[in-house]
Amino acid sequence: MMAVVTVVIARQRNLFAVVILFGIYSFLMATVLVALDAVDVAMTEAAVGAGISTILFLSALHLGKGIEMKPLHRPFLPLVVALATGAALAYGTLGLPAFSDSEAPIHQHVAKRYVEEGARETGVPNIVTAVLASYRGYDTLGEVTVVFTAGIGVIALLRRVRGRRRGGKP
Amino acid sequence: MRNYLVLRVIAKLMIMFMVLFALYVQFHGDFGPGGGFQAGVISAAAIVFYGIIFGLPAAREVVPDRLVEVMIAAGVLLYAGVGVAGLLLGGNYLDYFVLGADPVDGQHRGIFWIEMGVLITVAGVMLKIFYMFAGRGDGGGE
Amino acid sequence: MTAIANHFSYWATLFIAIAGLYIVIARGNLVKKLVGLAIFQTSVYLLYIAPGKLIGGTAPIIADKFAVYSNPLPHVLILTAIVVGVATLALGLAIVVRIKEAYGTIEEDEILAQEQPALQQTADNKM
Repeated sequence: MMAVVTVVIARQRNLFAVVILFGIYSFLMATVLVALDAVDVAMTEAAVGAGISTILFLSALHLGKGIEMKPLHRPFLPLVVALATGAALAYGTLGLPAFSDSEAPIHQHVAKRYVEEGARETGVPNIVTAVLASYRGYDTLGEVTVVFTAGIGVIALLRRVRGRRRGGKP
Repeated sequence: MRNYLVLRVIAKLMIMFMVLFALYVQFHGDFGPGGGFQAGVISAAAIVFYGIIFGLPAAREVVPDRLVEVMIAAGVLLYAGVGVAGLLLGGNYLDYFVLGADPVDGQHRGIFWIEMGVLITVAGVMLKIFYMFAGRGDGGGE
Repeated sequence: MTAIANHFSYWATLFIAIAGLYIVIARGNLVKKLVGLAIFQTSVYLLYIAPGKLIGGTAPIIADKFAVYSNPLPHVLILTAIVVGVATLALGLAIVVRIKEAYGTIEEDEILAQEQPALQQTADNKM
């Protein structure tokens, strides 16, 4: 189902339809994430992907015209490039551990300790929260700073023009 | 959009629950799924929803621009401040064990304030971005 | 048969990644390119989350009834990645809006066509 939505997005020329489809796609992705036990992530994806980004795209389209899209040059070269990349990566997956293999390296490293000791050391049963705020506090500080910087960037980009227009108009 | 009675009534009901849900997600994040990032996005979405239904000026009245801008910076400062507080109390940077009487209590306090900082910044940035995009549509905004 | 079952999650991820990549390089519309980028990003979420899943495990919230939990570490990384992703997406859209104001279009070809004479001119000046 997600594959169908993705293909339709690639083919669709009407940008409004693309944006709404992207919202649907995000909800599907959130469902997949719940199936993969990542409830925290799924919640974020549903709120961010389907809510905030859809609204952002819509308001950006509202500023631009964005309804039509010209037919473009030959799509063969990009297709070949994309498929070649895909083939190379698919060859690479053959060397990766099988799905749900509890002996895989990802389950052997620090994760084990988080699961076993996390609740006792921090007093927080939700390990995702414990790791996010406590064990990887520096990481999260960095992420918050990135979000902060992006916000400042948007303000700088979208506000400067207005000041110039106000002051610079003869 | 101002004239759709159904939309306005439903929106008023929904927004109440959305903000309530955001707070639940924030403060129950220790025990169930949730935390600062999600709560920030959900509360920002509630205000954005309000802005869509009642118009941007109405949303600006509820959450003024100045407040949003202060929120963006205050969240990061709060987060960094928790780190410094740990430093002042004799631990390492972002070390929560020294914040409370016993280590687990300190962890609790540290995580609570960290999540608070995340919530404030994320909600502020999302709202500000929405204001900037929506504001330009009406010929210049502010 | 087991090989297919074992690696299906990777291949689903790959398909999404390829679709995103194709949209980014094949389409000239800047907003469409950003959608493609966002799709590519979701494929990265899957790439991180899928290996962390254990069949029979539950979400990593400690309770007495369960013994097996999925790996919490990728969840944390992706959780922050999503929020950062939407922030950078907004930055990209802001740049698109500014481009639209400067050139009056968001099609890559038209922008290039507008730039061509100007580039020619600077090249002539240099000579």
